Amino acid sequence: MKKEMICISCPIGCHLNVSWDEDKELELEQIKVEGNKCSRGITYGREEILSPKRVITATCSVDSIYMHRIPVKTTSAVNKEYMVDLLEEIYKLRIKTPIKTGDVLINNYKNTGVNIVATRSLNK
Amino acid sequence: MKKVNKEVLVIGGGSAGMAAASKIADKGHSVAIVERETTMGGILNQCIHNGFGLHRFKEELTGPEYAERYSKIITESQAEIFLGITVTEIENNETNKVVYGFSSEHGMVEFTVKTIVLAMGCRERNRGNIGTPGTRPAGVYTAGLAQRFVNIDGYMPGTKCVIVGSGDIGLIMARRMVWAGAQVEGVVEIQPYPAGLTRNIVQCLNDFKIPLHLSHVISKIYGKDRVEGVDITPLENGIEAVDKTFHVECDTVLLSVGLVPDNEVSKKAGVIINNETNGPLVDGKLMTNIDGIFACGNVLHVHDLVDFVTEESERCGDYVCEYLESEERSDQYSVIAGSNVKYVIPNKYTGNTDNKFYLRSMIVKNDAQLVVSINGNEVYRKKQRHIQPSEMISFSLDKKMISELDTFKDNRLEVSLIG
Repeated sequence: MKKEMICISCPIGCHLNVSWDEDKELELEQIKVEGNKCSRGITYGREEILSPKRVITATCSVDSIYMHRIPVKTTSAVNKEYMVDLLEEIYKLRIKTPIKTGDVLINNYKNTGVNIVATRSLNK
Repeated sequence: MKKVNKEVLVIGGGSAGMAAASKIADKGHSVAIVERETTMGGILNQCIHNGFGLHRFKEELTGPEYAERYSKIITESQAEIFLGITVTEIENNETNKVVYGFSSEHGMVEFTVKTIVLAMGCRERNRGNIGTPGTRPAGVYTAGLAQRFVNIDGYMPGTKCVIVGSGDIGLIMARRMVWAGAQVEGVVEIQPYPAGLTRNIVQCLNDFKIPLHLSHVISKIYGKDRVEGVDITPLENGIEAVDKTFHVECDTVLLSVGLVPDNEVSKKAGVIINNETNGPLVDGKLMTNIDGIFACGNVLHVHDLVDFVTEESERCGDYVCEYLESEERSDQYSVIAGSNVKYVIPNKYTGNTDNKFYLRSMIVKNDAQLVVSINGNEVYRKKQRHIQPSEMISFSLDKKMISELDTFKDNRLEVSLIG
């Protein structure tokens, strides 16, 4: 099997040719990736076939005097199927200032090892 | 009236202004940076998605994180920061330059400086710029404004939207609206190819099965008080195929139809604007036609990536320092956009030194060649795996490649893309 895809690991957007053997049970290392300019292309191409992941960024409520929403992100990509549920969890949050970039708001989401952290500091 | 005296004033506290000012401060020159918002960072603050900083910081950051990193650099530098001041006028005198700004805190503020760095960024084209027929109801926003509503103010601009134009902000907003609970009916793009980065088509549209209508236009907007729907018409050979028009119900139309460098203040100072970029014409040292006024970032030409803005602006900071440290000005030769090239920045190159160029393609092509020639003689060739108008191309010319030809006064460097 062959699939053409565009790597989204960075804005360069390498055009990848991903191929794998259909007869064998699919394992990460057996998926061949070509056209990548860096190693992240290989990881992306392989994962996109087995279990596509995305970094999720959103905002949640904050009691700051400067703004109503504070931006947050997942510390690494999470499985696409968790997207909707994770967003719901994020929207339930009510953050109190002061807060610093990198402060953990949700720890180890669903045992994935992924944290949800603030991406902006607000002192009040 | 508050008065400030410095060697340099940087106008704009976004990614370009912060990079230029911190470079200038690092080299020991006195510099002020003036920003109209109450925080540094400019547009980065509302771009909460990730993908920033891979070149500059070797990590993938969100907009606010990138802004905060740079804000820290600038705060720790010797640059003096002025927030909440809007610059309205630049006066170019023989011995100095005077810049006037206004703030609610100080009233009028007067900056007297030797050099100015223009770093005001760009603004969005709006409905008036694309001339869409129909009524004028509420619910038509530019994508960047909608982004601010959602990401900073916490308002939802609507529940069911159609996005016009496939610029990056439009694509990013398509995903943001879906993640914030709205429906996105589709993205309408007049060109046969997308205007935004490919990665944004993949992760913002394809992931959510949002249709992208290439070679289509919004032919009518309906609604009395609020948007009720739009007509979408395909283009065939550049002409609207009226009989194939279809209607889409929606309550919001988001426009992502291009960005224009914000040069109102520059024009007042007599800076000449390049029609291709809508930014100032600059020489190899990023100096405009006005001696001592430099430009960098999106006010010069609209960039795809903040990392490129930072690179260009740090370089601009270096050029400003050179300008202040020596009376000597290097020879400048013309740069022209050759076949398939929309524009090349800078518009001149500097003799006897390394030069860096940014350009935009007019065509979509795989395995193209970038060819640089001086007076018709090829000096550089580089393979381009994939080119398209939405992805900026950059290259550097080594001093060695151009030095032999330095003696000719009327050198013309031409950059072309060959399919």
